[in-house]
Amino acid sequence: MENPVELLGGFSLRLLREMGGMAVMFVQAMLYTFKPPFRFRLLLKQMEFIGVKSTLVVLLTGLFSGMVLALQGYYGFRKFGGESLLGATVALSLVRELGPVLTGLMVTARAGSAIAAELGTMRVTEQIDALWAMAVNPVHYLVMPRIWAGILMLPLLTILADVIGILGGYFVGVILLKINAGIFVAKMRALVELSDILNGLYKSFVFGALLTLIGCYKGYHARGGAEGVGRATTEAVVISSISILVGDYILTSLLFS
Amino acid sequence: MIKIINLHKSFGPQKVLRGVNLEIPKGKITFIMGRSGTGKSVLLKHIIGLMEPDEGQIIVDGQDITKMSAKELLKIRKRFGMLFQEGALFDSMTVGENVAFPLYEHTKLSEKEIWQRVREKLAQVDLLGAIDKMPSELSGGMKKRAALARALALEPEIVLFDEPTTGLDPVMQLNIGFLIKKTQQQHKLTCVVISHDIIVARATADRIAFLHEGVIIAQGSPEEIARFPHPFVQEFWQTLELGSKEVGHEERPFEPGT
Ligand SMILES: Nc1ncnc2c1ncn2[C@@H]1O[C@H](COP(=O)(O)OP(=O)(O)OP(=O)(O)O)[C@@H](O)[C@H]1O
Ligand SMILES: [Mg+2]
Repeated sequence: MENPVELLGGFSLRLLREMGGMAVMFVQAMLYTFKPPFRFRLLLKQMEFIGVKSTLVVLLTGLFSGMVLALQGYYGFRKFGGESLLGATVALSLVRELGPVLTGLMVTARAGSAIAAELGTMRVTEQIDALWAMAVNPVHYLVMPRIWAGILMLPLLTILADVIGILGGYFVGVILLKINAGIFVAKMRALVELSDILNGLYKSFVFGALLTLIGCYKGYHARGGAEGVGRATTEAVVISSISILVGDYILTSLLFS
Repeated sequence: MIKIINLHKSFGPQKVLRGVNLEIPKGKITFIMGRSGTGKSVLLKHIIGLMEPDEGQIIVDGQDITKMSAKELLKIRKRFGMLFQEGALFDSMTVGENVAFPLYEHTKLSEKEIWQRVREKLAQVDLLGAIDKMPSELSGGMKKRAALARALALEPEIVLFDEPTTGLDPVMQLNIGFLIKKTQQQHKLTCVVISHDIIVARATADRIAFLHEGVIIAQGSPEEIARFPHPFVQEFWQTLELGSKEVGHEERPFEPGT
């Protein structure tokens, strides 16, 4: 029989151990960056997988987020005649929050899960052991290129989401709801600062590193056949999503204060 | 030479290795035999440092690999090749790319030389036709042979084979046995072969060791093993003749394989 205190203690210990393990894996991967052979081809392949192939989902997410923001904002602002602020609100919400966070979540669902499943399968079919046996460090070969691909591609995807989201907001605000185009754009340009955009992109760097690291870590440590791979994949998605949301709060309080 | 001293390994309450002592001579083929599930694969993974023992030492040319850091292990593993029991082919690469992988990683050969070597190794295991296939498109026996070609690609000094002939047809079993023997003699390799295959062992082994209940109960040349008094060894060794006697016997039909 386990009492609640023991359960909580066990859970905390596991959490700490996992966080420690992830930190070690991250540092190793970063250090191996400068160690030949440089895995340039693998990096390009991962950038294609994590970045290019996520474009469509990210565009759709960004577009409809921008559109719904405009719609909701319009009904809110109309109550006190503040429609002129619509463009700025949509743009600020996107570049500061929704762009990076939604991109992070969508890429987690698409690529983070796939990374965990792939590495997990490699683990349970001894392909990771085979790498070690052939004197190739799997963190260098598998983890390092994936984390870098995440770090490099997430900001680009976030920019795409921001841009298409603002276009979506423009479409709804100006074309459907007939707000004056000049005012929509002018307020947006006046109120959105470069630092807003940059801070949003800093976040996306961090999310890119987080979701690839967690996917790699969970896959790398998978055990117990197909079921274990499934568990690793689920955990990777859940933990990455939570980390992105918690990380977003922490980063917001650090960056915008 | 590889020397295994008092090796212990447990998984939870299950004691798998209980003090293995074994010497694997340089430039020879050593077979490790034993019942399914006794820990042969576990023993092999210890030799290349993929598993850490609870107790004991593994000395490779005077160096204890159980005390090595990950970095030192990677260095010493360049001298090893390993065929995994399930093949462990990279399923994101073609058969050819799998065999080429260690060559790209550890040699300075040109693209042309690498692919020449790949074709040569695949031809030896009769898989040239599958060079562009993905591992998922291969049969079990073909996977094993592709993995064998990969293990031999670098012509490493020490090669560990985990059941190289299991799952192959009898003709292919002997062919692979002889391929291992030929490669070994050509390059003076040190080979460790895990196998249940008494025919192949008799034809190719320089030494045979029996793993039973976590310890090595017998070792010696095939002739010595054939005369070894331990009942388990005798039983194992004679299954072949017993089996062939019982072919056609109505009450206990002999089923080959497994
Ligand atoms: N990673 C592991 N975790 C837990 N138990 C393990 C692990 N690897 C092996 N075992 C256990 O160790 C024992 C020996 O396994 P091993 O794979 O070495 O057998 P084997 O002699 O190679 O058998 P076979 O001839 O069928 O391949 C088995 O009972 C297995 O359950
Ligand atoms: Mg085995």
